[in-house]
Amino acid sequence: MIPFEYLRATDLAGAVAAGAAPGAAYLAAGTNLLDLMKGGVSRPARLVDITRLPGLAAVERRDDGSLRIGALARNSDLAHDPAFARAYPAVAEALLSGASAQLRNAATAAGNVMQRTRCPYFTDTASACNKREPGSGCDAIGGETRLHAILGWSEACIATHPSDFCVPLVALDAGVEIAGPAGTRSIALEAFHRLPGDAPERETVLEPGELITALVLPPEAAGFAGHSRYLKVRDRTSYAFAVVSAAAGLRLEGGRIAEARLALGGVALKPWRAREAEAVLAGRAPDEAAFRAAADAALAGAKPSGDNAFKIELARRLVVRALQRAAAGTPERLPALPGSVLAPAPEAAHV
Amino acid sequence: MSVDIVLTVNGTRRTIPIPDPRITLLDLLREGLHLTGAKKGCDRGQCGACTVLVDGRRINACLALAISLDGAEVLTIEGLAEGDRLHPVQEAFIAHDGFQCGFCTPGQIMSAVGLIREAQAGLDPERVREAMSGNLCRCGAYAGITEAVLEAQGAMNQHQKQGPATRQGEAA
Repeated sequence: MIPFEYLRATDLAGAVAAGAAPGAAYLAAGTNLLDLMKGGVSRPARLVDITRLPGLAAVERRDDGSLRIGALARNSDLAHDPAFARAYPAVAEALLSGASAQLRNAATAAGNVMQRTRCPYFTDTASACNKREPGSGCDAIGGETRLHAILGWSEACIATHPSDFCVPLVALDAGVEIAGPAGTRSIALEAFHRLPGDAPERETVLEPGELITALVLPPEAAGFAGHSRYLKVRDRTSYAFAVVSAAAGLRLEGGRIAEARLALGGVALKPWRAREAEAVLAGRAPDEAAFRAAADAALAGAKPSGDNAFKIELARRLVVRALQRAAAGTPERLPALPGSVLAPAPEAAHV
Repeated sequence: MSVDIVLTVNGTRRTIPIPDPRITLLDLLREGLHLTGAKKGCDRGQCGACTVLVDGRRINACLALAISLDGAEVLTIEGLAEGDRLHPVQEAFIAHDGFQCGFCTPGQIMSAVGLIREAQAGLDPERVREAMSGNLCRCGAYAGITEAVLEAQGAMNQHQKQGPATRQGEAA
């Protein structure tokens, strides 16, 4: 780790002023940042510690039915909050399917959104990586691509965004509140992460000095509570990043799908909202034919970025499974293995 | 430039100089305070050997900057027993052969203490295994570890119902 200057911010204005300096990075729990700094992947000249900023850890339900999640809310506190898990079960399931209990106890909501790709060529400083070092090339292309993209990738970068949390959040139209030198602004989480294009080093739309102050779930998000799941295929059943994941939410009326929400993880450099699939589902009966049509629509633009064509079919099947489980109803209690496709489910025998 | 922080470590409040902001909680405990129970396994948050409780919650000490934890309460394996009286989780690990080489054990035990405080797993072995997945054991003592956690949890719940004096490791 290279030496850095450490500053502890006591108010938001001070944090933003200190964080706008070239080479500055914000520090919350640091579970991802510190790891990258140890490996020489991140080399901030200054860390601005925002953990003491007042009020930033609060989770508040607002009068209009929306929920504001403070940037510093811990992943585990959020997931284990019974009211939160009842209203947004797929978000709770996604949170608990990620990392380990120790990491979830430390990691924050905004930190989860800000986490970097786990592409091994990004984290290995001996490999070429356009994201870490613009213009150096991409050793992932032609390399080991099991965790790499099948949607939205470019010749410059085929990495994926590793978050589980963000997947149901984009499905539920979550917003991001941002503070910065020019004031505050709010944008859709779906518009927060950038696809790589020819500038994979620019990962989000944040400008220098800007930081996330909150994530917001709109009032409609709780309308999917009765039929929501997050499923995640990974190389071991716990404490592993998604090869492919899917968040599904359905609003059923009179035996038909009034509204569907679907997003995929592990497939692109951002949490991938599948709006085409949602359009296919609207108005149809929640049956396998509809789910297969939705899966085809969700993956219509998919293209392998290497030796990972299997992920396209895997994602299709996972979409069908997630929609089936969502249609069957959100379980009373989160499964012992959150997000696991191996856990027994009533419909599993028919798949 | 050295900065002083205040930490309450195993019940003792101490003022501790931090000569370099790069020092992690794990390095401070091991190198600065000579509390070598927490182990440096991977130093990347992947193995759990460095698990300690900070403000009552289990975290990976290797992925926390000490300077950022100014004011925190830290509990390590060294603070768990009361004199010669072992903590119920320590007793249960011995009773169930929850270790072989012992390297991961302080992290396993602190993680188990944290898990019991979180009160999410109950007495379901599958939930206990899932909640312990952040602690690797290369000797493969997992079966014993799961049994130990379940037994300790049962014993501590029983103990609590009878209203005992609160111990450090399980203070609410």
